[in-house]
Amino acid sequence: MSGFAILGATRGMGKQLARRMAERGDSLCLLGRDPARLEATRTDLSIRSPHAEENAGIFTASCDLLQPDTFEPALESAAKQLGRLDGLIVTAGLFADQAQLEASSELLEQLLTADFVNTVLLCELAKERLLKQGGGLLCVFSSVAGDRARTPVRLYGAAKAGLSHYLEGLDHAYRREGLVTLDVKPGFVRTEMTAHLAPPPFAGEPSAVAREVLAAIDRGSARIYTPRIWGLILWVIRLTPRTIMRRIRF
Amino acid sequence: MTFRNAPSSASLPSVGNDEPMEPRPSSPLPAPGRARGRPGRSPAQGERILSGWGRYPRVHGRETTGDSLLRLSDGAVLSGGLGRAYGDAGLPPPNAQRPLLRTTHADRLLRFDPTTAVLRAEAGVCLADLIHVFLPRGFFTPVSPGTAFVTLGGMVAADIHGKNHHVAGSFGEHVRSLRIRTGDGKIRDIGPDREPELFAATLGGMGLTGHILEVEFQLERVPSPWIVEERHMVSSVEELIPRLSEVGREWPMTVAWLDTAQRGAALGRGSLWIGRWASRDEAPARAFPGIRERIEVPFELPSGLLNPTTLGWANSVWYRAQYLKQGRSLASPQQFFYPLDAVRSWPRAYGRRGFTQYQCVLPSEPAVFRSFLELFQRMGGCSFVTVVKDCGPEGRGMLSFPKPGTSIALDIPIKPPSSTPSTQQLVDRLNAFTLDHGGRIYLAKDAFTRAEDFRAMYPRFDEWTRVRRKFDPEGKLGSAMSLRLMGDAR
Ligand SMILES: Cc1cc2nc3c(=O)[nH]c(=O)nc-3n(C[C@H](O)[C@H](O)[C@H](O)COP(=O)(O)OP(=O)(O)OC[C@H]3O[C@@H](n4cnc5c(N)ncnc54)[C@H](O)[C@@H]3O)c2cc1C
Ligand SMILES: NC(=O)c1ccc[n+]([C@@H]2O[C@H](COP(=O)([O-])OP(=O)(O)OC[C@H]3O[C@@H](n4cnc5c(N)ncnc54)[C@H](OP(=O)(O)O)[C@@H]3O)[C@@H](O)[C@H]2O)c1
Repeated sequence: MSGFAILGATRGMGKQLARRMAERGDSLCLLGRDPARLEATRTDLSIRSPHAEENAGIFTASCDLLQPDTFEPALESAAKQLGRLDGLIVTAGLFADQAQLEASSELLEQLLTADFVNTVLLCELAKERLLKQGGGLLCVFSSVAGDRARTPVRLYGAAKAGLSHYLEGLDHAYRREGLVTLDVKPGFVRTEMTAHLAPPPFAGEPSAVAREVLAAIDRGSARIYTPRIWGLILWVIRLTPRTIMRRIRF
Repeated sequence: MTFRNAPSSASLPSVGNDEPMEPRPSSPLPAPGRARGRPGRSPAQGERILSGWGRYPRVHGRETTGDSLLRLSDGAVLSGGLGRAYGDAGLPPPNAQRPLLRTTHADRLLRFDPTTAVLRAEAGVCLADLIHVFLPRGFFTPVSPGTAFVTLGGMVAADIHGKNHHVAGSFGEHVRSLRIRTGDGKIRDIGPDREPELFAATLGGMGLTGHILEVEFQLERVPSPWIVEERHMVSSVEELIPRLSEVGREWPMTVAWLDTAQRGAALGRGSLWIGRWASRDEAPARAFPGIRERIEVPFELPSGLLNPTTLGWANSVWYRAQYLKQGRSLASPQQFFYPLDAVRSWPRAYGRRGFTQYQCVLPSEPAVFRSFLELFQRMGGCSFVTVVKDCGPEGRGMLSFPKPGTSIALDIPIKPPSSTPSTQQLVDRLNAFTLDHGGRIYLAKDAFTRAEDFRAMYPRFDEWTRVRRKFDPEGKLGSAMSLRLMGDAR
């Protein structure tokens, strides 16, 4: 049985991933900002755990991605409650439309801070902890939007591009020391985050993403496009020359 | 007791027929698919085009979603789940300003007691997810529809029935309590002994008595996650109807498929499909396979591709396939309960015009069924995989569908508006027959029935309306169906 901390398990892909992990008996510490929602998620996961009848081993600790001073106490609390912290999973992130971001520099700063600066700060703290104990898992949700700049999501994409770059660096530097970094790049997935958008072809389900991410964790992969088909789509997009991208205002 | 865990999780599908809905902001990712040939005007800002499983009718409306039904239900005109109702039951009144509340993100389990097998969960929980979690532990839903991709809220609101209706009744019989926001804005806890009138009006009430927020119900204990099934061929409707009642005396789960394309002596030939849970000794040691959609109909096929000729062929192929599967075998829950779930988005095969399902319950007499099928054929009807089931006694739901008799469900492609008889005329004619025989139609499938026919079929309608008005004096809740059938003011 392994013990993981997860930031973002209250909704979307994080919720589905936490469910699959609880269902196979993993211990989890749910990190998040809203105590009521954390508790509701804890209850749901405890019922799903095969250890339900004893102690399901699902814990919570408070952590706000917009408040870096909550990070170290959250990791400390997770390690203590779990007994041993085998890894950190981060699915939390912000999304906003390009127009909204251009209209409000405050919102823009918040998004860039949450999706890049603070996610990196959190990962740095977790990295130190995990290296000290001989390694572990760092699984972080970036986005296909970071692979190639796309006009309607170029600011969000920039933060995710930076994040993926950082994660690749961690992988290069520390894989040998036992720190496995997994950069998850979802395509379009139907969650609350995207409920207001028209789903494109190949839109995926969070439950399918969770299954694929769990398999990637088990394999020790460094990067995964999910649902799978998005790997192929992005391969084509990466190969497309800039002149064409300009013309179609990609 | 614990069975080996399922190797894979249920894959939760998207809502309804899942078409791209304009004019939402375009997706941040490559080229959103655009739907063609919209009827009527284009939707106003924030509106979408909504439709049920049959893709007919389509209405303009708004949608809201999130994980707090308590908060979001305040101000919503109706709740909807996974959109598996075929017609307009799950659609808001056309052009409603208040949104439809899509419950699927509110899908947490709230409480489970393994000693009593009572589960409490949010209304947006999907049945496939429940099966994934609880079947390996020896529990199953007491009543299951023919698809696992429905929500608990939808199962209560339609008071669904399954292959075991003759022994287990409908889903509502197993519900112990509901938390609901009624049209007057109040949150109420109701059940068989608390506000029993409102409870009875809510079972089968198609969401019109309130937003169901939480559902508490009794799971069934099963000895293994496998089914022992038998399939028997029957050569005509004269053989099918009596055999169905006969096997129902011994088997807890029974259903029949019939071929609507045959005429004369072979009219209503088909196969009986019966089952029971396998005992622990009978069950294989391998883990139970999860519920999954495997194949996808990736795009809409042309309307008219499924017509009496092609459907006639399909029926014959189906009949031969059944022939090869005769006898006893061990089936997984997906094979037994949800054969159609293997193909995702199959309504796309009916094309842009969509389809409707005509499901009615009639007296269990072969002569009645022969006349009914002959009438259907005379009207130019043809249907693929036509399901016949026996119904037991009525439950407590005032608008619940099942009543003693035998139910039949026909899938009917919507005809082009110019054709005679039109789909409306076909349904009217079938309804006249159903009424003559004291039967009724199932609201979860309906899109065409007229208000006067519906009221003649449901004797408790006035009582139901009284309860509905008592808890929603200002008429805050409504649906496209309640405009059509329940006398709502436009
Ligand atoms: C392939 C297939 C097979 C089927 N087989 C059967 C069968 O064997 N037996 C049977 O009984 N039915 C059957 N059905 C019908 C299906 O079970 C019902 O239509 C069910 O209500 C669908 O649930 P849903 O979550 O998709 O709800 P929707 O289709 O979204 O909504 C259905 C109705 O429930 C209401 N509703 C949904 N959630 C709530 C809520 N939280 N609060 C209040 N009202 C709510 C809606 O307003 C609407 O009136 C089948 C459907 C399909 C597609
Ligand atoms: N959905 C897509 O199509 C898509 C595509 C590519 C990449 N992604 C990325 O994948 C990740 C997961 O996306 P999703 O769609 O599953 O998102 P989601 O459904 O919106 O869930 C976001 C999760 O992050 C948490 N969160 C947000 N802000 C937080 C904060 N300040 N502090 C702590 N927790 C916070 C939320 O917690 P609360 O419950 O407290 O709100 C929630 O659990 C994100 O990083 C997203 O950018 C998504």
